[in-house]
Amino acid sequence: MSATLPVSQTTPDTALPAARRDILPLLLVPALALAVLPFISLPTWVTLTVAGLAMGMMIFIMASGLTLVFGLMSVLNFGHGAFVSVGAFSATMVLLPMRGWLEADSLPANLGVLGLAVLVAMLVTAVLGWAFERVVIMPVYGQHLKQILVTMGGMIVSEQLINVIWGADQIALPLPASLRGAIFLGDAAIEKYRLLAVVVGLAVFAAMFLTLNRTRIGLLIRAGVENGEMVEALGYRVRRLFVGVFAAGSALAGLGGVMWGLYKETLVASMGSEIMVMVFIVVIIGGLGSIEGCFIGALLMALLHNYAGFLAPKLNLVSNIVLMIAILMWRPAGLYSKGKL
Amino acid sequence: MPEPILTLSGVHTHIGQYHILQGVDLVVPRGGLTVLLGRNGAGKTTTLRTIMGLWKASHGSILFDGRDITRMSTPDIARAGIAYVPESMAVFSELTVRENLYLAARSGPLDGARVDWICGFFPALKKFWHYPAGNLSGGQKQMVAIARAIVEPRKLLLVDEPTKGLAPAIVQSLMMAFRELKDTSTTILLVEQNFNFVKSLGDSVGVMDDGRINHSGAMRDLAHDEALQQRLLGLSLDSHQ
Amino acid sequence: MLTRLLSGDLPRSRLLSSVLVLILLGLLLAPFLFPGARPLNTAATICVYIVLVASYDLLLGYTGIVSFAHTMFYGIGAYGIGIALASVDEPAWSVMLIGLALALALTVVLAFVIGLFALRVRAIFYAMITLAVASSFAVLASQLSDFTGGEDGRTFSVPELLSPGFTLMDQEVFGRAVDGKLITYYIVFAGCALLFLFLLRLVNSPFGRVLQAIRENEFRAEAIGYRTMYYRIVANVLAAVVACLAGALMALWLRYVGPKTTLGFEVMTDILLIVVIGGMGTMYGAVIGATLFILAQNYLKTLMGQASELLAGIPMLASALHPDRWMLWLGVLFILSVYFFPIGIVGKLRLRRLRR
Repeated sequence: MSATLPVSQTTPDTALPAARRDILPLLLVPALALAVLPFISLPTWVTLTVAGLAMGMMIFIMASGLTLVFGLMSVLNFGHGAFVSVGAFSATMVLLPMRGWLEADSLPANLGVLGLAVLVAMLVTAVLGWAFERVVIMPVYGQHLKQILVTMGGMIVSEQLINVIWGADQIALPLPASLRGAIFLGDAAIEKYRLLAVVVGLAVFAAMFLTLNRTRIGLLIRAGVENGEMVEALGYRVRRLFVGVFAAGSALAGLGGVMWGLYKETLVASMGSEIMVMVFIVVIIGGLGSIEGCFIGALLMALLHNYAGFLAPKLNLVSNIVLMIAILMWRPAGLYSKGKL
Repeated sequence: MPEPILTLSGVHTHIGQYHILQGVDLVVPRGGLTVLLGRNGAGKTTTLRTIMGLWKASHGSILFDGRDITRMSTPDIARAGIAYVPESMAVFSELTVRENLYLAARSGPLDGARVDWICGFFPALKKFWHYPAGNLSGGQKQMVAIARAIVEPRKLLLVDEPTKGLAPAIVQSLMMAFRELKDTSTTILLVEQNFNFVKSLGDSVGVMDDGRINHSGAMRDLAHDEALQQRLLGLSLDSHQ
Repeated sequence: MLTRLLSGDLPRSRLLSSVLVLILLGLLLAPFLFPGARPLNTAATICVYIVLVASYDLLLGYTGIVSFAHTMFYGIGAYGIGIALASVDEPAWSVMLIGLALALALTVVLAFVIGLFALRVRAIFYAMITLAVASSFAVLASQLSDFTGGEDGRTFSVPELLSPGFTLMDQEVFGRAVDGKLITYYIVFAGCALLFLFLLRLVNSPFGRVLQAIRENEFRAEAIGYRTMYYRIVANVLAAVVACLAGALMALWLRYVGPKTTLGFEVMTDILLIVVIGGMGTMYGAVIGATLFILAQNYLKTLMGQASELLAGIPMLASALHPDRWMLWLGVLFILSVYFFPIGIVGKLRLRRLRR
């Protein structure tokens, strides 16, 4: 007989309390906006803030696909920018022939054409994404080094192909007539297009959030991020999920590309790769695999970019890096890490 | 005698350069609980994973309910009616208990009556229904993992060392749960090292060593034969807690 | 003796050896074999790129680190020389050396800090961070125009011995005037040769072996007892230092420094292309790859231009073969190399040798 410690007869039935939602990162956005308020006149502050929000939303849309794909498949697509460029250029296939409708000063007409252009762009990029995943990425699953190299190669080739198909010159893309100019809130000028960008961005975020949290597919994705093997053992074909998410991420990049192209009012083949650095920074800041982190990160970066551009232009060059370093020192895996550091 | 639900014939599995399963012949009778015993490293987990298709057999065949599942993909094997409870439990920490079960219920919404039945022997599930599964204790996670496997009726359950590292009181709950499951039409293939746990539960038993089955037969016979136990498992019934 | 010189890392393939000897002789005797300024420029570029890519191979091929910050160190070296010499009226050796020293110091500090900060994380994370840092640096360089000359860069004069006007002796040697350009060329050549041999020594030393062990299986290397962080940081710093020196040599040759030629993303992609096609983890891959690449870049484009004109009637094909679309074909070759050709040219040649 061995001496045993008295064992409690009752089953331990207490779990840790349900984790409080980690809203600290979310508070950073208003905190930043309010922190600079004393230094800027109110009307300018409004203009800058809307500009920052708009830019942030567009970058979020472009980055969301990348972070989701990485979280789910551990695939980092260095060629993500290609979908941005292709999306923008594909949109011209609708926007240029229908220029007449865009010149009409009617919001419904303009939005209708834009909507169609976005649809076309997203379709093209979704198909391209599907093909890219099958042909370029699938052979190098799990080999991160080769993934980086191959996807970079893919981006180079895509950019060059854009030049072959659409020519090597820039394409001008003027804003639709009813979205030009600004509305005035007191003394503050708010550009109409930027308002649209904010609305679209919020809609995309809401749609993603709802999908991930309220639908079976969203459940699958969240579970797949944690343990793809177990999801398979539950009877789901994870490969199809991967491809679907990849295509969706590419389509989002395409949408971002169209919006960004209109924002800049010119298209060049390299626009995707130019924006990629900011997208990467946002993804790093947000935490690989986190949509919420990506959203907050994009807003923070864009707001900081706009405020710094006004307050300290010379500093603006490094504002992105400074932000990245600051966030990483606070949370080394990004704002919301899924533990995949 | 009814057809066995699962038959492994001469199954070999290689992992990289390691030859883990070296010709496994296993027959799992329909209904009831079959136990797979063996020391660490004998190949028990590999056997379950091979059945589930997570690792592919290099030779041999696996027949399930009349179908050859040797080359099938894991999702298809799951859909054929096999549920898997891995050693690591693999509950999705970010998902709530409810969401974990919902995911496992492939054909649609959760069957309320069935869920109530499960919560009968796992009361903790009801209590932490909306909690992220990652916040639960080890024993509670095990309950979630098993509940996930039975939230819809399955033909065969593969369970890998469910009592490992759990407090005796929780082990009691699991014992109760398995007894209730045995009354249903589900067949259970249980891998365990805790002989005490399985001696009263198991109907048939297979003992593995070095990637092969050394002994198979009725649990009753093994439980009464101490000399056999010594030889196969290197222990006697009383000394192992 | 040759074995000692090459630190025991012999080419191990007769074909490879002959090609390497050919390249060596070609570069050594370039001023006398090929008249004119353009071939000499090509030769000097090849020398520098060999070293630049070899130092990247140290990181990628031997240590298994993907970094996009390599061109940043290349640029720092170039700008160190360039800014120093441009800010004085009389270009002197001392000024040049001070510039070089400052550049090296900055390189070491930056490489160390980046390594310390980012090498503890996953490869992908590190790649993204280096990309962000390098492009910020590039933006900085093109914006601080007073200092760096902005987008257009700066030209500067070099010490008298190296300037084109200077002549060492009156008569010509083998049809070449012994002028500053020639001297500069041989300084570049000698410097690059020394740096390459240094890298060869490094990867064949015990240090280099540990790097390869870390690349193969970091977990196991740690388990055996090597502090992998230390080794990776040192590798990072050494590679950066060599890149810095390569940049300095390039600046000396061009007598010009600018963001496009040093910090641009094009240079980084060129390095990646060369190291993959040449063969990662071989060092000699950098030699073959850089030579082929620079030659093709300079002379293949004219071929493409001619082909494009011939096909002027067919719309897509003509623009696909346009010399500006040179990168398209390179990109395709690059992707194909990663899939089917992972051991690169050097690897393939060595394999043929083994199969005999």
